[in-house]
Amino acid sequence: MTVETKSKPVPQSSGRGMRVAGGIANYLDERTSISVAVKQLGRKIFPDHWSFMLGEIALYSFIIILLSGTFLTLFFDPSMVEVHYEGSYVPLKGIQMSAAYASSLDITFDIRGGLLMRQVHHWAALLFVASIGLHMLRVFFTGAFRKPREINWVVGFLLFIMAMAEGFTGYSLPDDLLSGNGLRIIDGMVKAIPFIGTWISYLLFGGEFPGTVIIPRLYMLHIMLLPAIVIALIAIHMVLLIVNKHTQFAGPGRTNNNVVGSPILPVFAAKAGGFFFIVFGVVMLIASLFTINPIWNYGPYDPSPVSAGTQPDWYIGFADGMLRIMPSGWEFVLGGYTFAMNLIIPIVVLLVFIAVVAVYPFIEAWVTGDKREHHIAERPRNAPTRTAIGAAGVAFYAILWAGASSDLIATHFRVSVEGVIITLQILFFAGPVIAFWLAKKMALALQRKDREIVLHGYESSHIVRLPGGEYREIHTPLDPYEKWKLVAFEEYEPALVRPNAQGKITIGSRIRAGVSRFYFEDRITPVTKDEIEAAKRAIH
Amino acid sequence: MSKIQRTGRRHPVAAAALLLVGLFVSGGSYALVTGAATASNDVPSAQQIETGESLFLANCASCHGLNAEGTKAGPSLMGVGALAVEFQVGSGRMPMSGSGPQAEVKPVQFTQSDIDAMAAWVATLAPGPGIPDDKFLTGGDASNGAELFRVNCAMCHNVAGAGGALTEGKWAPDLKNIDPVHVYAAMVTGPQNMPVFSDMNITPEEKRDIISYLQYLDENPSVGGFDLGSLGPVSEGLFVWIFALGGLIAITVWLTAKSN
Amino acid sequence: MAKSGKDVELSSGSAVQRTGLVENPGFEPAHKRVHDLDPAKATKAEKGISALFLISGLMSVAAFALNFAFPIVEGDLSTTRLNTLLVGVAIAAGLLSLGVGAVHWAKALMHGHDLVEERHPTRGDEPTRQRAAEIFTQANKESGWTRRRLLRNSLVTALVAFPVPAIALLRDLAPAEDPNTVLKYTAWKKGTRLARDTSGVAIKASEVTIGSAFHVIPENLHEYHETYLNEKAKAAVLLMRLPIEDLNESEDRKGWSYDGIVAYSKICTHVGCPVALYEQQTHHLLCPCHQSEFDVSNHCKVIFGPAARPLPQLPITVDAEGYLVAQSDFLEPVGPSFWERTT
Repeated sequence: MTVETKSKPVPQSSGRGMRVAGGIANYLDERTSISVAVKQLGRKIFPDHWSFMLGEIALYSFIIILLSGTFLTLFFDPSMVEVHYEGSYVPLKGIQMSAAYASSLDITFDIRGGLLMRQVHHWAALLFVASIGLHMLRVFFTGAFRKPREINWVVGFLLFIMAMAEGFTGYSLPDDLLSGNGLRIIDGMVKAIPFIGTWISYLLFGGEFPGTVIIPRLYMLHIMLLPAIVIALIAIHMVLLIVNKHTQFAGPGRTNNNVVGSPILPVFAAKAGGFFFIVFGVVMLIASLFTINPIWNYGPYDPSPVSAGTQPDWYIGFADGMLRIMPSGWEFVLGGYTFAMNLIIPIVVLLVFIAVVAVYPFIEAWVTGDKREHHIAERPRNAPTRTAIGAAGVAFYAILWAGASSDLIATHFRVSVEGVIITLQILFFAGPVIAFWLAKKMALALQRKDREIVLHGYESSHIVRLPGGEYREIHTPLDPYEKWKLVAFEEYEPALVRPNAQGKITIGSRIRAGVSRFYFEDRITPVTKDEIEAAKRAIH
Repeated sequence: MSKIQRTGRRHPVAAAALLLVGLFVSGGSYALVTGAATASNDVPSAQQIETGESLFLANCASCHGLNAEGTKAGPSLMGVGALAVEFQVGSGRMPMSGSGPQAEVKPVQFTQSDIDAMAAWVATLAPGPGIPDDKFLTGGDASNGAELFRVNCAMCHNVAGAGGALTEGKWAPDLKNIDPVHVYAAMVTGPQNMPVFSDMNITPEEKRDIISYLQYLDENPSVGGFDLGSLGPVSEGLFVWIFALGGLIAITVWLTAKSN
Repeated sequence: MAKSGKDVELSSGSAVQRTGLVENPGFEPAHKRVHDLDPAKATKAEKGISALFLISGLMSVAAFALNFAFPIVEGDLSTTRLNTLLVGVAIAAGLLSLGVGAVHWAKALMHGHDLVEERHPTRGDEPTRQRAAEIFTQANKESGWTRRRLLRNSLVTALVAFPVPAIALLRDLAPAEDPNTVLKYTAWKKGTRLARDTSGVAIKASEVTIGSAFHVIPENLHEYHETYLNEKAKAAVLLMRLPIEDLNESEDRKGWSYDGIVAYSKICTHVGCPVALYEQQTHHLLCPCHQSEFDVSNHCKVIFGPAARPLPQLPITVDAEGYLVAQSDFLEPVGPSFWERTT
């Protein structure tokens, strides 16, 4: 069988541009099979909701970080060799500092575009982690982590951790007083780890703190190893997104077996591409107008001075806050060895917290026993217990985050720093419980309100007087499209305890039934057709 | 016993002369002993000192005692010097609205001549630091000053002088646009809970350098743009969540809304 | 009840299977935009969007020009500010107008907004899965993977062992010395003079007045050329003078102070930040990082915050010329706790 090497027919149209484009397309297709990709993906449908764009903010922030970061690598010197500063900033003239700090100052003051790129890079980094966090919250509260997207949830979680690591290694590179104290704190935490802590600290810093190798090592992590991992994880994340397609909210014509929205070409590409430029523009505008990380104020790192108001970047705040709210004196010596519980407990608590976040999809899948695929994004009110758990998690995170700014809260609200910390110690336990209870009550109440509206319509603010003298407000009934949005949700009931194949009721089964009851005992059922008929017949 | 003692009067000039001599001796010996950079200001007149005393009795004695010996409500002012009065009263900290460990800056309650008068009277109580010479208030090395500031001052006042929290509800105030005399005064006198940075700890030349650094900060706004209060990562993080993310979310709502 | 596949029925767990539920009403009638109905409006929109794109181009060129029109003059920070501001705002304007134009084009003029794509079950269909299983079975048969157990197990062993040398290669991340010995000693020795940080000028007892706080390093710290900061990170000390009546000294440490002058390690016992906020009246010492508080009147014991141990005290006295000197090194390791601290 011979293969014909006839060229692809060129579309008939006027204009040299179209002929050139056709020629290029043909050239590529004959070498890369690109027409296959265009066929598969060109009209792929993406549903349209604003909350689906949070992941895009993260992706675009990352691109902005890569571009601005590349500029910075052209001028930054990741060395801890001591030099004397001879640049433009008068209050640091002649001061001894590392080459890393000096080159950061040169980028800031004496290289055109340097300060702009530094600020773009750092603002974009803060936005990167924030948008990942918000995107994760959206995915959580809409249940979009359910099958078949559990693996993608874990990939996304790893991206969150990597983004935090990128941020931490990045802001430590200028070797200034603020980030240097941050490294000192990390070293203190590492040293507290039993058995291996002092050795890990020694290996990390190449000897005693601060040593002369930590900045070059962080630099390698920051521009090579971690970005490679992030890019690989983003690729996996995108591939899984394409394979699974995006979720969509329930709506008229939308089912679990279709996707309704705009095709990649041309609408989605225009909107997404346009949004990239908008995100870039917003970051660029902020970076032109607002100072971030004024390293010139801090001076070079030295273990002796420290600034009032020493905080890490916001995404490390929850860890710093956890350290601050520990009570005094939590350390004991056993068999001659020191157990620094005031550091070990925060490390363990935070690891457990993020582990629960990482495996949550699997917990919920085990509780519901639901093995079907889910492509409908749920409204948070329709999964009250999950929403309440999420609210408790957010409260927990926020309380720890507030702890990191305890001294600033004290000065700004004229309270004592001790009072702030004691309040947060109480809220550490009470806050998540209160948040859970409040969120669950609110979700159930909103579900009841939805039911009311489906059965009786909206209050129209038109009052009529009935012949008998009674005043009634007219309720506008919903059209079938609005009605569908309010009744289309899944309902789960608590699982029963079941004996296994051997006829035994295992502890696992009991626990599952108990957790299932916790999740689904309080619930509102979707409105049925009979109820709607009954409501129509009743006098309003 | 005699007429002289009954009236207890001497020639008016004699009193003034005695005061002058006393001031010279005590002030001069203090200056010799401590190397303090007291200014060779005009010597206060007896009138000024008397005015100062009556102002003190009317406004300060209820807490500091009729002879400034101190009461439960306020410490003794013996030996605090004219410089302490200039600082506390000239910045509006004194008179305090209530006794306590933190004296807030408030609107200044007295004219400068009143403050000078009270300062002059307090200076007569016992030798203490006086107003520094102008040459120590300007023209220093901002680079050396910045380094000294970071080592000695930044832990309470923040590297950019934005202020900071202390224990039990107290705070170290921000240092924006402070009169150089007051900066000098605070270092020397160690007001309230601030430690004492005497001229043996931080020399007058070093104090001048620190003052020059603070003036540099006042005269040179941040090169990066609006500084969000120089409060560091906390304000930057809040800004990102509220304005950057908030603004972008508003844009996504517009972006995904159906066109008219 | 949602089905996930045409050929396979998956368990729905504890999901409630109700009958008589409201049915999906299907798609809403199409929404017509102003620009679809009125061609004049569409042309106006097109002109507006094109204008935005042209402005974007202009702004990018402007940013290029502004960078050269407003160079940075060495030593003049206002030129740095101006360059950053003008170039940045011009670039931002270029980006924003481009983005807004593209989005508005999509929203107002482009067609194809509510299209439908069918989903397929994520799992492959039965023939595909069967073929996949067949391939593995065939590969297994042809290689003897399950049958030849010795071969398989020895391969697995080799693969597990293969990364092990990498761990050894990482040993030289740190020097050969045992960190525990180094962490326990500082640069302070018997007779080392206390000196001002950073000038290194020695301090006389007579220079330390009541209420003073001096930031201190060993006088000979500058001799540690290569490891200056490493040594400073352990040797930094805070020197204070309290009225004698405010100092409650324990019996075994009565000789460690001099006339109300006390010296304590400045390295916080929590995680190592410098503890330097000294309150002259309350004698409290506050660490700004995590708000540990130490009481200088009582040997810096912890009175609030997460620190677990008091700050180590440096025993001091004066030498023949009146300079403050250390009597010895600290009697315990300074700084944060570590596993082998008390061994």
